[in-house]
Amino acid sequence: MSAAEVLDASAPPARTTASPLGWLRFLRSELGIIFGRRRNITGIAVLAVVPIVLAIAVKVSSPTGGGGGPDFLSAITGNGLFVAFAALTLEIPIFLPLAVAVVAGDSVAGEANIGTLRYLLTIPAGRTRLLLVKFAAIVISALVATLVVAGVGTVMGLSLFGGGPMTLLSGTQTSMADGMGRLLLTCLYLTVQLSALGAIGLFISTLTEQPIGATVAVVLVNVMMFVLDQISQLAWLHPWLLTHWWTAFGNLLRDPIATEDITRGLLTAAVYAGVFWLAAWARFSGKDVTS
Amino acid sequence: MLDQDDPSGGTGTWPVLTRGLTKQFRQQTAVNAVDLAVPAGAVYGFLGPNGSGKTTTIRMLLGLVRPTAGSIEMLGMPMPERSSEALRRIGALVEGPAFHPYLSGRANLARLDAADGHSDPRTSARRIDAALDRVGLLAAATKRYRAYSLGMRQRLAIANALLMPRDLLILDEPTNGLDPQGTREVRHLVGDLAADGATVLVSSHLLAEVEQMCSHVGVMFEGRLVSQGTMADLASGTTKTVRVDTDRIEDAVRVLTSLGLTEVTGTPTQVSGVLGDVEAAKIVPELVHADVPVLGFTVQSPSLEDVFVSLTGEGFDVSG
Repeated sequence: MSAAEVLDASAPPARTTASPLGWLRFLRSELGIIFGRRRNITGIAVLAVVPIVLAIAVKVSSPTGGGGGPDFLSAITGNGLFVAFAALTLEIPIFLPLAVAVVAGDSVAGEANIGTLRYLLTIPAGRTRLLLVKFAAIVISALVATLVVAGVGTVMGLSLFGGGPMTLLSGTQTSMADGMGRLLLTCLYLTVQLSALGAIGLFISTLTEQPIGATVAVVLVNVMMFVLDQISQLAWLHPWLLTHWWTAFGNLLRDPIATEDITRGLLTAAVYAGVFWLAAWARFSGKDVTS
Repeated sequence: MLDQDDPSGGTGTWPVLTRGLTKQFRQQTAVNAVDLAVPAGAVYGFLGPNGSGKTTTIRMLLGLVRPTAGSIEMLGMPMPERSSEALRRIGALVEGPAFHPYLSGRANLARLDAADGHSDPRTSARRIDAALDRVGLLAAATKRYRAYSLGMRQRLAIANALLMPRDLLILDEPTNGLDPQGTREVRHLVGDLAADGATVLVSSHLLAEVEQMCSHVGVMFEGRLVSQGTMADLASGTTKTVRVDTDRIEDAVRVLTSLGLTEVTGTPTQVSGVLGDVEAAKIVPELVHADVPVLGFTVQSPSLEDVFVSLTGEGFDVSG
């Protein structure tokens, strides 16, 4: 240990007043950790593989009908931009939620698991501030995941099938730029939906010190909502399920945009996000950190 | 002993002050009515066997665990109400190092500095390097944490506590896993920090170490603070023993007993007894007067270890 100079009064100031910049700095550090992890980078790569495989498969064979969501597969050959929509449709039931579940499940439980939580709290990061930054990072992760799928889909689609005017689900034609705008709106809509799932994950993550357990629990919640949404006898429950509104993004491809389901979906997601963030806060703010 | 009824005690303030601090985990009382009082500028050794409640107490001081009962004041501020204000002025090493394994030592400190809402980003890099330098880790700053040895990890955790100027340092087992040089360095570092005016609360199992670096000691046993005071108080509060080397055992035993020493026992070459209130200077002349040859004479103050064992018992089992 060298006799380094003690941090004394003549040294430049170590302390500053709390400011919004401080929040951004913490958030940037958080994002650096999330997107610096090899596991997460691999996850993003897997998300990007789907539109690539999809575009190539459609290119080499004739398209057949899609799954539960809006049917975009047959439209791909007409306009490459539909690769992005089709890829989002394929990934929204499990791949995208899984990506969010990994980040959200890890958020608090991961720090507790390796013990860094106690150092963050004594630094002090502040419990509420920590939960806000963690949630912001989850939202940004969801946005990045969605944009990766849409972006790779767009590039693949346009290079294999070309662009040009776009025929919407309502039959009307629109410009390429309008189509791109609708794709961006779709990404934002799905980000809101996935963020609500992320809030559930944040809450679960405050309950345990096992990040994998939290991630699995989030995936189970997601799958459970999809399953319940398939049981027609439970029709009364369907509007209350978060996932019920996920495929409503197809309405963004109608002219004019059918806003009713979209609005309902956004409202549902906002309520889920608010309730579960508050539940996470209620749980975490008074929790004994013994990890 | 510290005067618990007068918290100002002449020294001004008490950076750590608890009253009736208690923590109940389900059936078990981990910490039971602890009145901790660490005076400003002290190096306070916090001792106790494994499972005696030291770490739970430290976690409560740092706002990580909520007390079941009792109150805490850190740097004059009530916890946990003003915890964020108080914690900014406290550097802590809690229950061993914990960092992100895939980040370098420097990146880990940058992460923690970024998490601190009141640290100045413009001085961040400089403060991080100064802290790393101070614990001798600068050369390994870019290595991944997972490649660090236990001693290096421990040093990194200490560096974290030094990222900002601190008025109070709480170091839980800071020398754990360090080699003898590292242990010495930590001892010097603690001394330097105290010389700079910081108050240090340090828990340790190494009693010899605490004896060398601490001005005050508190001993925990089964959730209770069984003793607290200056090092000198702790030693004087206990009994000194006298040892006489001689070849006339029976006469020596008789003389010592008549002088008023207690628990006088003899071996073939020496006699020992508890001094009590007897004046040590009287013993040798008395022995000589009785024609007992004195080949050696020592008055022993108990070591911290003796005091510790007398307070917490010899038992090897951890207290449940």
